[in-house]
Amino acid sequence: MRRFLQPVATVLGLILALGITLALLSPDPLGSMMRLAQGAFGDWLGITRTLVKWTPLTLAGLGVVVAWRSGMYNIGGEGQFVVGGIFGAFMARPFLHSTVPWWAMATIVLGAAIVGGALWGWLAAWLFHKRKVDVVISTILLNFIAIQGLAYFVTGPLMETAHKLPQSDRISSELALPKFNPAYDVHYGVFLAAIAILLIYVYLQRSKPGFRLRLVGENSRATRANWIEPERTRSLAMALSGGLCGLAGGVEYLGSTQQLGLGFSQNWGFLAIPVALLAGLNPILVGLSALYFAAILGGSKNLAGFTVDGTAIIYVVQAIAVLGLVAIKRLSRPQLRISENA
Amino acid sequence: MDWGFLLILSTPLILAALGEVVGQKSGVLNIGLEGMMLMGAFAGYWVAIKGNSPYLALAVGIGFGGVLALISAYFTVKLRSDQVVVGTAVNFLALGLTGLGYRRAFGEPSQLPAMPELASIGPIDAVTATTVLLIPLLWLAINRTKWGLALRACGEYPKAVEASGFSVNKIRMTALLIGGLLAGLAGAYLSVGVARSFAEGMTAGRGFLAIALVTFGRWHPAWTAVAALVLGYTQSLQYSLQGRPIFGVQVPSQLWLALPYVVALAVLVLVGSGSASPGALGRPYEKEG
Repeated sequence: MRRFLQPVATVLGLILALGITLALLSPDPLGSMMRLAQGAFGDWLGITRTLVKWTPLTLAGLGVVVAWRSGMYNIGGEGQFVVGGIFGAFMARPFLHSTVPWWAMATIVLGAAIVGGALWGWLAAWLFHKRKVDVVISTILLNFIAIQGLAYFVTGPLMETAHKLPQSDRISSELALPKFNPAYDVHYGVFLAAIAILLIYVYLQRSKPGFRLRLVGENSRATRANWIEPERTRSLAMALSGGLCGLAGGVEYLGSTQQLGLGFSQNWGFLAIPVALLAGLNPILVGLSALYFAAILGGSKNLAGFTVDGTAIIYVVQAIAVLGLVAIKRLSRPQLRISENA
Repeated sequence: MDWGFLLILSTPLILAALGEVVGQKSGVLNIGLEGMMLMGAFAGYWVAIKGNSPYLALAVGIGFGGVLALISAYFTVKLRSDQVVVGTAVNFLALGLTGLGYRRAFGEPSQLPAMPELASIGPIDAVTATTVLLIPLLWLAINRTKWGLALRACGEYPKAVEASGFSVNKIRMTALLIGGLLAGLAGAYLSVGVARSFAEGMTAGRGFLAIALVTFGRWHPAWTAVAALVLGYTQSLQYSLQGRPIFGVQVPSQLWLALPYVVALAVLVLVGSGSASPGALGRPYEKEG
């Protein structure tokens, strides 16, 4: 019964969270919700628009899952996403006018993006283990540093050859990630995100290192007794988490924006945190939770009058959904836990 | 150096960090501080422009910070939810609500509306004066009162507090509320007194810097305020040094903008967290039985 009720309740709760937010904005929340759904799934334009947004949300959301599962509160997805984009753009630069096949370009750029994000994530783990710097604080600070770094690079070393606007040179569509249909924005990155869901699921739930990672997250003292080093596992988790967020940045660069600019990240790494939380840190559910938020982001384009409110709406929905989930979890669970302060 | 400008620029950081000292002393890590500041910044701006009263604006900013703190306290203290999860959600809530509110109330104004001014003598206005006075007052409250003793005990060994007849939850909620009120004031002063305008996400990490400041200041109000002045100084460099060559080298402006965060991170690396940190910081308290 519980197995059946929980997902139903979650879906109803999510619709309610959206309804509350829309009611704050317009006298006709039901109509708005219908238009939003229409905008997100009504036609191919809507569906592809939703999928384009689903891709970075899913990849970065998986990144958040990996870190949080190991007990590391990585809030730095945004910075790792940006650093991934910067690394990718650096590696892409020498090949911009070459005739390498797209898959070779993708390997180079996405590989660099993963490395960049992984380094940025691992740095926070290193600071935590060596100097006890709280991960929440360090990853937040690293976000701001990365964003200023992006501003520096697009006005400096990575600036377009024309030297007019703060942006990098555009990747030609032959070198970028291929699109299914030139009329729509959706690109092969969708496959990468779908594959990543499966890989991370297998890694976390079906592999030995993944088991160790979850164990460390649940009880690092017990793992030490079992010859698992929590420091190593957590550093690895942060690198993997950063790598996924960096990959999200690389895919966004190579598939969607095709160039870096000041507004390269539309807060993807940040939005990914509630995506992961709402999925209960479960990699499979990340796909669904990302779809929900991608649909709101894409569908809000269809709401006449508050087109520009898309991201603001989603922040409110995410906050209400996460707080609601937290409350339900707490209120429905019998209080049997032993005091942590004992 | 212009000390008056430094004081004004640093006041939002000092206020938010002082509030966070109280919260952390009681064992609660308020990750939602940034959101509470942002809420105060928007509410303050809104009232200042529409109501044309800077003092009412500050009061409403304080109120909004407090309301957000109470919401946060309900989840972290009462429901004992994860403090990072709740804090993150609070930040999102503030970011979304202020963004929507700003667009609804002001749209895209062709010219910035006039901002009423706080009465001041040099850099001393109602807020900077309050801030300076708050430093010794908070120290006294934390270190020389019965309430302060209970507060500190909540952060170190909450069981003992409960055993001596105090309510851990009540003390922690009060501490969070104080933090929220001060964060609301910090935000309102940022928009009304310092920037004299509002922009989405204008707190730009000041709430997180404030959390880091508490660690630099070793959980001591005066040292925390000094640390805030140091970070405020690094923030002021972006105005005074931007575009100027240093030792003949042209420094990119982004470096100045990134400097406060780099310095904050560097200091955290240097000082570590160490033994001054409250023992039960970040851990929810659950009554037994």
